[in-house]
Amino acid sequence: MKLLQELKYVESHEWVRVEENKAYVGITDYAQDQLGDIVYVEVPEVGTVVEAGDQFIVLESVKAASDVYAPVSGIVVEVNEELEDNPALINESAFDAWIVAIDMSMSNEIDSLLSAEEYEELCE
Amino acid sequence: MKKTPLYEKHIQLKGKIIDFGGWGLPVEYSGIIPEHEAVRTKAGIFDVSHMGEITVQGEDSEKYLQMLLTNDISLLNNNQIAYTTMCYPHGGVVDDLLVYKYTNTDYLLVVNASNTEKDYRWMKENIFGDTEVLNVSENYAQVALQGPLSQTILQKLTKKDLNEIEFYYFCDNVNIGNIGALVSRTGYTGEDGFELYFAYDKAEEMWELILETGKEEGLIPAGLGARDTLRFEAALPLYGHELDENITPLEAGLGFCVKLNKENFIGKEALANQKSEGLNRKIIGFEMIDRGIPRNNYEVYAEGRKIGYVTTGSFSPTLKKNIGLALIDSAYSKEGTEIEVLIRNKNLKAKVIKKPFYSKKYKKMP
Repeated sequence: MKLLQELKYVESHEWVRVEENKAYVGITDYAQDQLGDIVYVEVPEVGTVVEAGDQFIVLESVKAASDVYAPVSGIVVEVNEELEDNPALINESAFDAWIVAIDMSMSNEIDSLLSAEEYEELCE
Repeated sequence: MKKTPLYEKHIQLKGKIIDFGGWGLPVEYSGIIPEHEAVRTKAGIFDVSHMGEITVQGEDSEKYLQMLLTNDISLLNNNQIAYTTMCYPHGGVVDDLLVYKYTNTDYLLVVNASNTEKDYRWMKENIFGDTEVLNVSENYAQVALQGPLSQTILQKLTKKDLNEIEFYYFCDNVNIGNIGALVSRTGYTGEDGFELYFAYDKAEEMWELILETGKEEGLIPAGLGARDTLRFEAALPLYGHELDENITPLEAGLGFCVKLNKENFIGKEALANQKSEGLNRKIIGFEMIDRGIPRNNYEVYAEGRKIGYVTTGSFSPTLKKNIGLALIDSAYSKEGTEIEVLIRNKNLKAKVIKKPFYSKKYKKMP
């Protein structure tokens, strides 16, 4: 399974890359493979306040819509605009294609996320 | 889950297996979009062994089918096929199906997998005269070879001149390699292509033979996902979506297979009344104006009130647009009419457009 050691993971198949107080969020390679060709990404507006566990992004594959949950609490401060015209980037390179960045309100939430090994075990 | 004789092949090909009406079938192998594109531009092969097959035999077969089905079976030549609906007395649809006519005492009906048992019961309940109805689904494997290069590929495997099989005709006992098959020029994709029916235990051999032969032409296996997007672009109805026991064939736009001038058939009165009174609702095609993908059962609005619901919606791989079919109040069915689709609590703008979304590329004989 393709995984990056330096990222944190959630059992609902999101990954998180922490840069200072910002958490960049995407979905795992395993998740994109399960979803199939992604054709539309619906993101929250910049400024949206989210709590860990909130459904805050919708990914639509050809077949169906799937929810993505906020791994941490905070304010959405960036959205990856490249995905608007090219949602397939998520299929091509799931760990590069971040979807949104959250300015964390409780950065210790990161500690409760999964390591690459823990996530891998979960998927088996 | 029930398995078709090709289940192990799907696993080998890394098909993603889903439960489709009780059948374990691949939704995709390489991806819905590449499979869809292969069928539109080259060729794809589908395992459709889950489809139901029911034979009707005996002296009164034609009379019986005329009573049971909405289309006029008496117009069929031997070896010709008709698409038809089978209705309840109130005009709702039991199933949509293909009728293969060997002779006027011998027919094969091909029905939707998930409706096979229901259809068979309905057919037995309404049987009369010298007619025998048998569910022979378990005897058959079926594959669909679809796409513009289908004939080129299949011709390499048989001495039978495939040009002799016209659209919606079939030929039985054709040797494909060494395997005897019924070959019909039919399909569910809007492309030229064939459906092959043959012995259940020959399925793996047939599948490998066709895939290997078609490699040069770019043939790939295609799953249920692409089958759905392909039929949807061609606006071919899917039972449970555009048709069900509460939707009549007229509402679904299938007036061409409801022959109200034939003597009598189940549902005739209700359908004749509906036609003379005019349709209150019908299936229309629409395209999203706002960003968003419509999905089955999403509500449709106009002028602040609910006017119907989406029956199928998807991103269209060919048109690269978000489009849908919806059953709505006929007052809003005119092309260009603006409607709204409720997507995740937001009313998003759409407009009624012409269907089919993709014009069918069937092979019409001169």
